[in-house]
Amino acid sequence: DIDDVGHKYHLELVLEDILDKDSTVNCTAEVLYHLPNKNLPPDVQFTIEGELKNTDEADSMFYNRIKSLEKELVAEDIPDSHGNVAPEMEPVRLLAWVASGYVIWQNSTENTKFQLAQIKHVKQVKRSDEYLEFDYRILLHEMVSQEIIPWQMTVLWHPHHGVQVTQ
Amino acid sequence: DQVLHIVPETFQQVQHLQHLCSTLLLDLWKPLLPEDIWAGEDLHIRVPAPLVQDVKDSLDQHMISYKVLIPDVQELVDQSMPRESTSHRQVPEGYVYTQYHPMEEIYQWMTQIQKSNSELVTQHNLGKTIENRTMYYLKISQPSDRTKKIIWMDCGIHAREWISPAFCQWFVKEILQNYKSDPKISRFLQNLDLYVLPVLNIDGYIYSWEKAITFVQDRLWRKNRSPHMNGTCYGTDLNRNFNSSWGSIGVSYNCSSEIFCGSGPESEPETRAVAQFIERKKSDILCYLTIHSYGQYILTPYGSTTKPPSNSEELMHVAEKAAAALMGKYGTSYEVGPTSLILYNNSGSSRDWAHMIGIPFSYTFELRDKGTHGFVLPHDQIQPTCEETM
Repeated sequence: DIDDVGHKYHLELVLEDILDKDSTVNCTAEVLYHLPNKNLPPDVQFTIEGELKNTDEADSMFYNRIKSLEKELVAEDIPDSHGNVAPEMEPVRLLAWVASGYVIWQNSTENTKFQLAQIKHVKQVKRSDEYLEFDYRILLHEMVSQEIIPWQMTVLWHPHHGVQVTQ
Repeated sequence: DQVLHIVPETFQQVQHLQHLCSTLLLDLWKPLLPEDIWAGEDLHIRVPAPLVQDVKDSLDQHMISYKVLIPDVQELVDQSMPRESTSHRQVPEGYVYTQYHPMEEIYQWMTQIQKSNSELVTQHNLGKTIENRTMYYLKISQPSDRTKKIIWMDCGIHAREWISPAFCQWFVKEILQNYKSDPKISRFLQNLDLYVLPVLNIDGYIYSWEKAITFVQDRLWRKNRSPHMNGTCYGTDLNRNFNSSWGSIGVSYNCSSEIFCGSGPESEPETRAVAQFIERKKSDILCYLTIHSYGQYILTPYGSTTKPPSNSEELMHVAEKAAAALMGKYGTSYEVGPTSLILYNNSGSSRDWAHMIGIPFSYTFELRDKGTHGFVLPHDQIQPTCEETM
């Protein structure tokens, strides 16, 4: 409890690579939730012990595949009702997951627990520069209220420049 | 066959599309009639496979842009409807437990299960849903001269948690397939009767399946389908509708919320059907289980207060053993504890109510996963989830 500021939490956690469950990395973090009236997203500081896996090959493959598409990528319902995701859509889904992490962070309070529930619609937006741009309509699930919240996010990505989310 | 999405821009385009639809007898999904095609409005047409290229060429020639909404209609149909749906073979061999099934098939499955296991299984009417559908439960009981204690398990109180009814069906199958050969199960049945309600919120479950092919589906529907405010708003959260500190905490009084607790405790016919039955049998019921997803929790009472239940040590001990056994199978970890401490506050839950009326062991299971897929758990996880939970 920090008077006039908010609540600070000190965390020790383990990060697990979703694509490789055996690959884990220790992490320590400090999260500061501001007072509700300030309407600020929580401050997060973290340190990772060791290095994250190199993903250059998979990144390039995805990047080149999208760049070489004749028509801009469009897809709906990822995953579908039965939980299926077409293999070529997996990277699109992972990108949404990362980007939704940013959205979730910006909208989290001590009383929320968000998860990405589904991508309703994704549309690639043509760009003249080297970035890839995707327009996503996603559904977030909030655990406490059990609400399903639709959200629109525009995501920019490049293998060397990482992910950027503009809402 | 493919379904194309077109938004005609000009009147000429509309005319051409109408011409195409009527001469080739194309299947209009939206709108229903060619005369309802308008510029600026969405058009969805299903084109039979042999005509796909010709239609696309014609659209290109007339500078009409299109998108392929469904690249393979047959594939989608196959995916959403299990192949075994018309099988009359003896369950369990014919029924595919590793696929999600629509309510129609679950009704058929129940009838089949009773028919092929009549020495052990009887099907009973519990009551009706708000949309007038019959709620059936299965009673698995080995004939004996003494009255046995009861374990009750219900699944599918929340429509979108598809893995839950899948688990109830799996559970029944496992018991029936192995009660003769597995000493643990046969001992179980010597001393206990199992009552299984595979889908509690039938209307909601059906609603979450509806329109699975035309993309106008609410796969993430949670509540039942009771109408409120003159039909402008639907659904009560059945797990906030029981008479356990009803309406006090962790609910909404607004129909538009996912946790709307209803107009009063047990206002919903589904809640009443379950509550009346359990109330009648409560002196014989040893354990009440209600299956949900997702989160990987075994939750003990209460959600409405942090005050521990009278037998909390025993409740926790049993739950912890269950979680350890579960983890032993595939390493899946489940958190154990009272809802109000490890998850959130809620009142009106069936689990709290069961304990409050005197049922000593009352648990909510939140099955896989932890959010990666959430409610839309892929069907290839049905088997491991069910095996470990078993």
